[in-house]
Amino acid sequence: MQDMKLDGNAIGGLLREIFAMEMTTAVGTCAHCGAVNEVGRVAVYIHAPGTVVRCPDCEQVLMRVVRGKGRYWVDLTGVRCLELAEPEV
Amino acid sequence: MARAALLGRLEWQFGTLAEVVPETPRVSSLYLDVPDWQGHLAGQHVDVRLTADDGYQAERSYSIASAPEDHRLALTVERLEDGEVSPYLVGELRIGDRLELRGPIGGYFVWRGDEQRPLLLVGGGSGVVPLMSMLRHRAHVGNRAPARLLFSSRTLADVIYREELERLAASALGLQVLHTLTREKPAGWTGYTRRVDEAMLREVAWPRQDAPDVFVCGPTPFVEAVASLLVGMGHDARSIKTERFGATGG
Repeated sequence: MQDMKLDGNAIGGLLREIFAMEMTTAVGTCAHCGAVNEVGRVAVYIHAPGTVVRCPDCEQVLMRVVRGKGRYWVDLTGVRCLELAEPEV
Repeated sequence: MARAALLGRLEWQFGTLAEVVPETPRVSSLYLDVPDWQGHLAGQHVDVRLTADDGYQAERSYSIASAPEDHRLALTVERLEDGEVSPYLVGELRIGDRLELRGPIGGYFVWRGDEQRPLLLVGGGSGVVPLMSMLRHRAHVGNRAPARLLFSSRTLADVIYREELERLAASALGLQVLHTLTREKPAGWTGYTRRVDEAMLREVAWPRQDAPDVFVCGPTPFVEAVASLLVGMGHDARSIKTERFGATGG
């Protein structure tokens, strides 16, 4: 499904629904290979209602998000650490 | 305003279509009045949502074409015949109609306008849209750091913003616009006539020691080809900001 490949920019809206802040500039560490990437750089595969996010370096799954029936399911197993800026007040 | 554009919950809101500017036979710019628009940064996008009478909803992302300084929000949309959303936006939506959207979204593929490093923009087809927001913003703020746009289109008739890009290149300081056409070689054409390749990038891009800010936007295969060529030429992958348009668009 190479033609379905997008990047983290494409889920900026979805992630902001969940985290209530801009997440494409957040930095995630891959639990598989340790690569550190901004969310805007990660590989994204959208197959509604699910979204699969993969590490751009090792292609392992970082995150899965499913939205439906008024709920979100967020699997972050593949993200060892997520670093984001504190909102300025 | 810039900070507000990065924070807070996203609320769906309505814009009203005020003007339509055809850019090419398949691409139009939609100028929207959006009450309470919080402002945006060059490179950000909005999500657009259409709701059918039976409640079915389709959602797509569209890059913002206007500069933060412009008083109307502009989206430039390519009509994809088998798309769910774009044939409505380009063809059905009329002046005065309301359009549901939320945004601005994105912080990664953003150029703020105060950078003094050279700016290299590489766009394929409608991937030029967020780059145009950056160039319009650059002209507004009077940024004089050198900038180059390498723009790949299929034919001359498919070149989005052609006249405005000519005007910008003639008036905005330090901006060069270079075109390549992949499916046509018009008589008298002095630009490139092939897909973006390493030889072209070596002519257009600054060497890596000049540390340019690089933004690449277009269909996924275009973006991946350009980004890997630049990395192969020694550019730091992390200095290359990319945004992919996929086959899920439309």
